[in-house]
Amino acid sequence: MADTLERVKKIVVERLNVDPSEVTMEASIKDDLGADSLDVVDLIMELEDEFDMEISDEEAEKISTVGDVVDYINKHK
Amino acid sequence: MLAGKVAVVTGGSRGIGRAVAITLAEAGANVAIFYAGNHAAAEETVARIKETGQEGMSLQVDVADSGQVDAAIKQVLSTFGKIDILVNNAGITRDNLLMRLKEEEWDQVINTNLKGVFLATKAVVRPMMKQRSGRIINISSVVGVMGNPGQANYVAAKAGVIGLTKSTAKELAGRGITVNAIAPGFIDTDMTSVLDEELKKQMLNHIPLGFFGEPKDVAETVKFLASDSARYITGQTIHVDGGMVMS
Repeated sequence: MADTLERVKKIVVERLNVDPSEVTMEASIKDDLGADSLDVVDLIMELEDEFDMEISDEEAEKISTVGDVVDYINKHK
Repeated sequence: MLAGKVAVVTGGSRGIGRAVAITLAEAGANVAIFYAGNHAAAEETVARIKETGQEGMSLQVDVADSGQVDAAIKQVLSTFGKIDILVNNAGITRDNLLMRLKEEEWDQVINTNLKGVFLATKAVVRPMMKQRSGRIINISSVVGVMGNPGQANYVAAKAGVIGLTKSTAKELAGRGITVNAIAPGFIDTDMTSVLDEELKKQMLNHIPLGFFGEPKDVAETVKFLASDSARYITGQTIHVDGGMVMS
């Protein structure tokens, strides 16, 4: 669990150019971390590679916070 | 100029597409061409690509079919490892006066000439976004800007390509991907060879430079837009038409 968060955090920090301390489970990817819609698509692609999984557009739309990402990955890996 | 780059050229077996494929290969790119049905012409283009010392491959693809486009792009990625340049050139004509234009003729031209650009672009955007670089070059037409009687379907598609180019350019600019269109004028190809002599003579009067263009004229512009020299150009339509349209 912690491992997933760390790996997600690393990608989010790299892609969105934010401070690691901002990337908490509760942080909203768009509202708190300043991602636009293309950033989100970008992030999802990166996560798919990192965790070797496919995240459908429907599933991706439900993702709002960093915690949603971590939960999704833990449930599907 | 394009050493180590990988290019995909749709409609690459003949005409402008063939010249583009060969010109990009001469500049150092490995080139995959998509073609609709003319195997012999496609093989000829691949042979010409290989003569330059670069790798070439051809894939039979209906660009209006998303399944075929996705599969072909995947095949190029697995063969060449990446795609740096996409040239959306595939196009057909089904000319008719609007009053006589059949729904089927409308659909065929829109599907190949406009939807085909969307589908191929969508398929390459993902790998291009990942590598944070890419060049997409869409072949429109002078008539997409001027209009032309008897070509409502073709003109609508080609004008659509210009709008699609601008939107895509805005969406992808932040990812290091440029998207531009080229609007060729009257270029000597199989597509224009069917026009009658009288019409050709009339057209010459509308070309300030006074002669018809060659596929190479368009290909050289593609090469420039695909190169680092054009890194600050995106969302534009470059007219290669002997001066027919001046904006």
